[in-house]
Parts: sequence; C-alpha cells; structure tokens
Amino acid sequence: MTDRIDTGTGELSRSRAGAQIGNVAPGEEPVEELDPAVPVTAIDERLIQEQGFGGALNVLRRRVQGGDLGSIPVIIGIVIIALVFYAQNPAFLSSRTLVNITLFAAPIGVIALGIVLVLLLGEIDLSVGSVSGLSASVLAVLTVYQGWSTWLAIVVALGGGLLIGTVYGVLFAKVGVPSFVITLAGLLGFVGLQLVVLGPNGTVNLEPDSWLIEFARFSFLSPLASYVLVAVIVALYAGGSLYGIARRKAADLTAPSPTGVVVRSVLLAVGLGYLAYYLNIDRGIGYLPLLFVALVVIMDLVLRKRRWGRHVFAVGGNVEAAHRSGINVTAIRISVFAMTGFFAALGGVLAAAQLTAVSQASGAGDTNLTAIAAAVIGGTSLFGGRGSAYSALLGILVLQMISSGLNLLGVDSSVRFIVTGAVLLLAVSIDSVARRARSTSGRG
Amino acid sequence: MTATLQDRPAGRTSEPVLSMTGVSKRFGAVQALSDVSFAVRTGEVVALVGDNGAGKSTLVKVISGVHQADSGSIVFDGKPVRVNGPVAAQRLGIATVFQDLALCDNLDVVANLSLGQEQVTGVFLDEVEMERKAWELLRQLSAKIPSVRIPIASLSGGQRQTVAIARSLIGDPKVVMLDEPTAALGVAQTAEVLNLIERLRENGHGVILISHNMADVQAVADRIVVLRLGRNAAEFNVEDVSTDQLVAAITGASDNVVTKRRERGLAHPTDRHPADPDHADADAHRRPDPQTGSTS
Repeated sequence: MTDRIDTGTGELSRSRAGAQIGNVAPGEEPVEELDPAVPVTAIDERLIQEQGFGGALNVLRRRVQGGDLGSIPVIIGIVIIALVFYAQNPAFLSSRTLVNITLFAAPIGVIALGIVLVLLLGEIDLSVGSVSGLSASVLAVLTVYQGWSTWLAIVVALGGGLLIGTVYGVLFAKVGVPSFVITLAGLLGFVGLQLVVLGPNGTVNLEPDSWLIEFARFSFLSPLASYVLVAVIVALYAGGSLYGIARRKAADLTAPSPTGVVVRSVLLAVGLGYLAYYLNIDRGIGYLPLLFVALVVIMDLVLRKRRWGRHVFAVGGNVEAAHRSGINVTAIRISVFAMTGFFAALGGVLAAAQLTAVSQASGAGDTNLTAIAAAVIGGTSLFGGRGSAYSALLGILVLQMISSGLNLLGVDSSVRFIVTGAVLLLAVSIDSVARRARSTSGRG
Repeated sequence: MTATLQDRPAGRTSEPVLSMTGVSKRFGAVQALSDVSFAVRTGEVVALVGDNGAGKSTLVKVISGVHQADSGSIVFDGKPVRVNGPVAAQRLGIATVFQDLALCDNLDVVANLSLGQEQVTGVFLDEVEMERKAWELLRQLSAKIPSVRIPIASLSGGQRQTVAIARSLIGDPKVVMLDEPTAALGVAQTAEVLNLIERLRENGHGVILISHNMADVQAVADRIVVLRLGRNAAEFNVEDVSTDQLVAAITGASDNVVTKRRERGLAHPTDRHPADPDHADADAHRRPDPQTGSTS
C-alpha cells in the first residue's frame, strides 16, 4: 500500500517540475523548491493507525484532550449517580428498581429521540409535550368513547403527530417562521386542543384489558429469548464489523484490526448478557423499553448510514453547503419536523398505555423539558450537526435514574426538579467547555 | 478604456471552452457589468482581477448561474447556452469554488466530497466506495490531506481549500472557477493551492481564477483579464505584463491619453495584430464571436 502512495507523490513532484517550465522565466528560482509545505520526499498521506489495546487507549486519550468527549461524560455521570444512590439505599441497584427505570424511561425517551433529530438541524421543538398529550387524548377518546379498535386509534394518533410535525416543517422551511416561535405556538395551542378532545370529564381511563396496556406494562422477554437476543445482537455487530473490514481491505483502504472487533464483541456480549441476567432476576426486559432501544438503534443506523441521515447532518452543519450540493433542504427540514412530531405522538401513546389513563395533565408539566433535557444531557449539541440517536437513550437514563433514586429516598418532587435542572446545567457546561477545547485543538 | 491586447495565448490554439460576449448586468441603478467579454480555453488559467466593485463577483455569479445576464451571449463548448441556475451550470460542466467554500465542518472529508452524490449499496451508504472515490479525487490533485476520516473542522485553511477544489471536480467539469482561493491563507498553504491550480490546468480543465493577489495571479495564470467599473479594462498575457502595469490597469491609472500613447509606442510593439484597428477605439477589445457573430 505504501508503495503506491510513494509512486503518487513521486509523480507529483515530477509533474510540478514540468509545470514550472511554462511559467517561470529561465534563471529564476523555482518557487516550489523553497516551499516547506511540499516536501519532495514521500509522506504517508493516511492517518497513523494506532495498533492494539494501548493504541486504542492513546486514541481515546487524545480525543478527550481535544474535547471530543462523545458520551464519556454521560457514562461517567451514570456511574456517579448509581454509586451515590446505592450508597444512600442499596435497593437502588436492585433488579426491581432497574427494571422500573427501563420501563419509565421508555416513553419520554421516544420523545427525546425526536428532539435529537430536530436538534441535529439546529432547531427546537418545544411542543413535544403537548403533542404527546394530544395524541394520548385522541387515542383514549377514540378507543373508550368512540369504541374504535386500538390499532386504528393508534394510527390516527400517530398520524396526527406526523401531520402536526409536517405543518411545523412547512411553516419553518417554506414560510420561514423560527422554529422556536412555531413550536411555542404549538405548545399552547395543542394544550387547548387536548382539553377540547378530552371533554368535560378531563380524565379517561383506557380499557384495562387492551393489548396496548398489556404490551406497555406486563410484557417481558422470557430469559431464553433475552439471551438469544443478546447473541443475535453480538453476532450482527461482529459480523457487520468484520465484513466492513474485509471490504476495506479488498478496496485497499486502511482497516482497523479484527482483534479490536473481537475484543469489543466479547465486551458487548458480556455486558449485555450480564444486563439481561440481572434484569431477568426481576421481571426481565420489557417489550416497551425494547421498542425504545430498537427505535434508537434504527434511528442511529438511519442517521449514520443512510443518505437521509447524512443530509440531516449536512443541513445541520452548513445549510448553504447542503443547498449547493443539491440536497433538498426544504424536504429534509420538513421530514425532520414530521418525524419529531411522530415520535412525540408515539411517546404520548406509550405513556398513556403505561399509566393506563389519559388526563389533562398528560404531556403537561415536565414532559417537554425532560425530553429536551435528555437529548442535550446525552450529548446532542443545541447548535446542530453534532449528536447521536444514542444521546436520547443515555440522557433519559440519567434523568430517570435521578428521578427513581430520589423517589426511593422519599425526597420531595421539588428536589427532583432542582436536581434535574442542575444536571442539565452541568451537562451543557461540560459541552461548552468541550466545545472550547475542540476549537482550540482544531476538532471544531 | 485602455487599449487591449488581442487574445493571443502563446502556443494555445484551441477554441475557447467558455466564451462570453457583450455581457451586461444591471442591479437597480447600478450597472454592474456592461458589455464584458471573457473567454477561457481548456488547459488554460485565466485570472480575473479588478478592484472592489469592478464586477468580478457579478461576472462569477453570471458564469456560475447565480445571476442571469441582462444581455450578451455565452458559448460553452461550441454551443450557445443559457445558464439559468447553479444546477444548470454544474450540469454544463462549470464548477465553482466560492470563497466561503461551502463545506460542512461537522462531516468528514469523504462525506463532504460525496455530499449530494452518496453511493448506496443495498440499504446503507457505501462508505468504502465513497472513500475510494475520495482518495481518487485527492490523488488526481496530488493533494495532501492527513486523513479523509477527520471532520473538516480539523483541517487547515489550505486543506479545506483543497477539499473544496476536489469537491468541484466531481462530475468532471470542463471549467473550474475559483473565487479568491488564496485569501486568508499562509505562504505555504498558498503555494499548495497554486500547485492545485497548476494540476487542474495539466488535467485539461479551463481554470478561472479570481484573486486580489497579483503575485499569485502572475505565478499561475496564463492570461489576465482586468475589469474596471464593470467593463473590460485590459487583457494581458502573463509573460508580457509587469505588476505595475497590472495595478495601473486595475486602478485606471493608465486610462488616459498620455499613457495610451505611451503604450502604443512602447509597451508591446510586437503584440499588434496586423488586422487590428487603432487600439484607442473603445470597442477594440470586443472580439467578434465565431459562433454567434454578434455581441448580444
């Protein structure tokens, strides 16, 4: 491989010398000879590959110094939170508490996933709480009062969220109203619409034998199924990585070592296997959190590995560049807002199923800001172009752990708000410091 | 108007790949371009220079399709064309690297080079194929980029310019237009970009270089077109012109009877085209277009 590069550079210097003849008067010193930035000796134009475990650590250390923190602060935060609450009350790390955390985190986590999308564009949706409440109300009224089938009601509720998001997107991308204002209007408007939909009673109990409630509250993977799932995930990860390495080698590109893949696969297998085992001591892995994690993984793949996701990052990074590349910026914007609306509606439906009831308070209060805080705490930048679907998962885990921990300690909910606010501030501060480090070390 | 030299590139006899004749553009009360002519051949670097407000940017925008000329004809590759928009210009084969580069800082080099033209195999993006193509493009320019897998934000100004130029080569354009490519670059990085421009010429692209820097222009250009107050002020072969003459043409210091007389007498006595009338004629610079035969 190195041979080929050398040849290329050699050609370069030759042809440069050739180009000189046409332009430089005889006797004049060729400029390029003096240029320190263009050494004639061949240099490897590729990134130096760090080998082995020590190399991987080196890469990590340099990334952290350069302010490219990724999800490291959140993971450290999760560990600290776990240790603090465990010290206060060992029941915090019991299987039962952890299963509850996974269950309660899922609905708002789904909403946060939508927030991640809109944040990637550098925009905001303040109305996800109201949209989730509205869609929950639509679901409840259609199934309980109108006697619709649950499936049909879900389709209508989710379609409503999609429609609301699309309208936001059109107002933002076509009319040019700032997303902050559009969604602020939506926040107020849809709270009102939710009250109208719910009618004078204000609270609607879902039918207790509905499959939706069964799904959200009482469905768990059997231990065997959970281990099979872990095995499948690890196999897919390892197989995909090794296939990628083989393809890169075939195309004569630098490829990471297969050893790293094996190490990571083993770590993944042990980690997920132990998590499944620990959760299986209690009820196990619920269908609801499983759905949430599956959505996160799917969105991560869509964002990183599909054209649409690439274009979302491009629009979030530099609208002008995206536009000049022929990307349909308007379509990307509208589709992102539509998906945020969709995820908000889905989160509302799941929350309603989990609580078995919809009231005027559904989606009100802290739903909105918890979802936004989760996306930001998880590491998605507020300024667009940087983030990951996994930040919804990590962020909501942090917030739900704090919430469950404080409940376990019997602390008043006022304290929970204060602590959540402090964590949000801390997360954004870490991000700001990291951004400064990025700009000084040239990682942007 | 100064007398202009007849277009006579040394040793290059090919037809212009892009030629514009009698181009005028008006913004409200401002006549940004009046009756401007301009041509570039394959394998030729034409520098477009002029003071602020000379109409360089407007001409660039007309060529790249951002603005449409009010009058005048554009002939591309032997055919009269209308450039209705940036996409139409790109489809014709006119690539423009604007001064702001228009790169996504948050994406890596491969993603930027493939943006809008991503390869998809099956359900996912084909990163391997895109990376291979990225290397191919960069090799074509003999460009030096430490890694194609680091975000643009981590690159130096010269490297960003390199990526932007490489990006413009997607779709194999015939004409590449560079708007102030060396502005805000250091000495070494400027040299790097000038090398790239020479590479473009060697690869047979027609290159239009817009620059304020006379040293850069004289280092790489074959021909220099000077605009002043929206008109063709002068046109030089780079071998025949000194920096002073260039500056004089840009500022209009040469635009008086005395200097014209002196030029006629002394400056380029051998440059006279035998069929050319007196160069003091204001319209002398307007070359009859071989395709359209008219100037509007």
